[in-house]
Amino acid sequence: MHSNPIFLDNNGTTLLDPRVLEVMLPYLSNQYGNATSRHSFGRAARQALDQAREQVAEACGAHPSQVIFTASGTESDNFAIAGMAGDEQKQIAVSAIEHPAITRPAFAMRAYGHRVGVIAADQFGVVDSNSLEVALEKPTSLISVMLANNETGVIQNIAQLAEIAKSKGALIHTDAVQALGKIPVNFDALGVNAMTVSSHKINGPQGAGALILDKRVDIKPLLHGGGQERGLRSGTENVAAIVGFGAACALIKNEMEQRANITKLLRDTLEKNLKSLGGSIFGDKATRLPNTSFFAFNQIEGETLVMALDRKGFAVASGSACSSDSTEPSHVLMAMGVAPDLARGAVRVSFGANNTSEQLNAFLAVINDEVNRLRQLTAVTI
Amino acid sequence: MTVHTPIYLDYSATTPVDPRVAEKMIPYITEHFGNPASRSHPFGWTAEQAVEEARDEVAKLVNADPREIVWTSGATESNNLAIKGAANFYSGTKGKHIITVQTEHKAVIDAVRELERQGFTATYLAPEPNGLIDLEKFKAAIQPDTVLASVMFVNNEIGVIQDITAIGNICRENNIIFHVDAAQATGKVDIDLEKLPVDLMSFSAHKTYGPKGIGALYVRRKPRIRIEAQMHGGGHERGMRSGTLATHQIVGMGEAFRIARLEMKAENLQVRRLRDRLLAGLEEIDEVYVNGDMDHRVPHNLNISFNFVEGESLIMAVKDIAVSSGSACTSASLEPSYVLRALGRSDELAHSSIRFSIGRFTTEEDVDYTIALMKSKIGKLRELSPLWEMHLDGIDLSKVEWAAH
Repeated sequence: MHSNPIFLDNNGTTLLDPRVLEVMLPYLSNQYGNATSRHSFGRAARQALDQAREQVAEACGAHPSQVIFTASGTESDNFAIAGMAGDEQKQIAVSAIEHPAITRPAFAMRAYGHRVGVIAADQFGVVDSNSLEVALEKPTSLISVMLANNETGVIQNIAQLAEIAKSKGALIHTDAVQALGKIPVNFDALGVNAMTVSSHKINGPQGAGALILDKRVDIKPLLHGGGQERGLRSGTENVAAIVGFGAACALIKNEMEQRANITKLLRDTLEKNLKSLGGSIFGDKATRLPNTSFFAFNQIEGETLVMALDRKGFAVASGSACSSDSTEPSHVLMAMGVAPDLARGAVRVSFGANNTSEQLNAFLAVINDEVNRLRQLTAVTI
Repeated sequence: MTVHTPIYLDYSATTPVDPRVAEKMIPYITEHFGNPASRSHPFGWTAEQAVEEARDEVAKLVNADPREIVWTSGATESNNLAIKGAANFYSGTKGKHIITVQTEHKAVIDAVRELERQGFTATYLAPEPNGLIDLEKFKAAIQPDTVLASVMFVNNEIGVIQDITAIGNICRENNIIFHVDAAQATGKVDIDLEKLPVDLMSFSAHKTYGPKGIGALYVRRKPRIRIEAQMHGGGHERGMRSGTLATHQIVGMGEAFRIARLEMKAENLQVRRLRDRLLAGLEEIDEVYVNGDMDHRVPHNLNISFNFVEGESLIMAVKDIAVSSGSACTSASLEPSYVLRALGRSDELAHSSIRFSIGRFTTEEDVDYTIALMKSKIGKLRELSPLWEMHLDGIDLSKVEWAAH
């Protein structure tokens, strides 16, 4: 039994890196200027934002002028969908495995006469380029496909999808919230028009995100007001969080490979064990993020297993945190054609570089026990 | 006397985070870092509990039900959500006309302008020369299809307090949704939403010694007010506002509002004493004009036009104090303040205005230093000014006909 729970839900959120916190602290105390003010307090804040903008740009393979700071990944996604859908009532096509921060704003655009198309994914969790081509037979203003899925960790071939979209005159946005910090992300090479990134998934603070935007795209702001971020995102800049986001991005540069190696070793060891226990792993035939494992055991409810693990001191997720209120099977697994009964068993373990092999060993012992115990219970019930 | 320059007198642009607030926030960025929407582990529960405690504190300051408080990323988002959300929800049943005021914050004006682009119509009421709204003119602006009115509680540039009760009653009588931007009001004026006839109210943390990047929108439950969400996703905040909540920032806002509730009475007395001292000192300078009503005004604000000095030179000359010329949110532009223009001030007087805003950490020494600095700098600038010389010679400058070169 552990006194402190062990956090294995790093796709949900991450522990703030102490080095990031240190950089942020002055902006929560004596460096408190409003970045729009022209006096020295304001100019100091502005300089801090400029530096963060460069750091975020570098981590994303973008130019600093392409970075628009927002309050979160959700806001960036909403901004991209509502802002790039255009005035003509064309289709917005989103993949079947998108986060609700993409699908919900897309469906909300139906009130403005847009139609929503869904691009299918295959059994491996990979978004299907043929399905995109079919979707593009209808006049389409915007498509959105995530770079790496939050549940399965499956990485999409965005560059290829971007080429298809562009050949049909559609804009393309990608949600790279889960990819940043785990795999190389290059806005330029992906060939997309806009890309969402978020701070709290990369050991930065909650409260900061960005939309990386090709400046040739005519985007409509979501928030109107003081005209911050070149008029594209009004509202007093959250300097401390943005500075933290920048610092977290700067750490990625030197540490991503090492983080990927650490988490991949943990993940692969876990999955070897899960397979020997008879578990099914979702998306493992495709290229995945190094840290993510999404799995299920027949006859064991995901929610039950998650709660059992929680009692033993391990924090894992049964779906994406944003939808863990609901007991519906994961829409991602449904899109992959997984049987609903098996899908209801889904559990997500997502590692961070601060997790250790000792923690994993403890986790393996507990999950072995719990799976066996729950199987016996199920057998009795049946 | 220990004065550290530059002296911060720009509390209406943003406030320092109170050290007590920062202290309360830090554990939520380090150890309790869970996502409050994570229901399956204690990291999430701890965060959720902190979020709900903070919601209680925000509600308490304004005497609302915690269930009426929706978190946002700041007052700009609250204003956008309230105005677009209510206008869109009720346009089908009530109509498409909106009333607001020329002196509102840009976040209100630009949200209304955006609605105009979508087919709404709007009236931008002119305030009286003292910055207050004439209630009869407000009534006259009402049309049969008026759906929404938005009037700020306390003006960010001149600090005047509108009669929200009276305006709200008029809205009630006419079945108009009433939104109030209270970003500059919390911790400065008493707000009792059980009594105030207000349907939607915007709040910001960083104007009340909380962190930047967090705000809230009050959405009345009785009678129930509906808004159309502007940010869709995980369905946070009962579907009204999706997006992962920044727990430490919410905790910071809660603590900031708790401190405001406990300390605002004493603090306002102290701030008023300092503001009155500043005003008395500055009024010893000739040709200074206070902008905005002095009776219906928060004690934190003093907005003064210095005649016969040029605006940009004035700002350059007073670098030892951090103040605003016009609102911080628009000071990137060199346009004269639209708020002062709406009061009927000339371009020259609007340009040569300074907003001094005083707060929790301002000292008497700060004020005395500021008075001495202003006296000396205004004196020097005027010595260089031919206009000032003409004024001293008794020439009425408004009657001078300038020759073109």
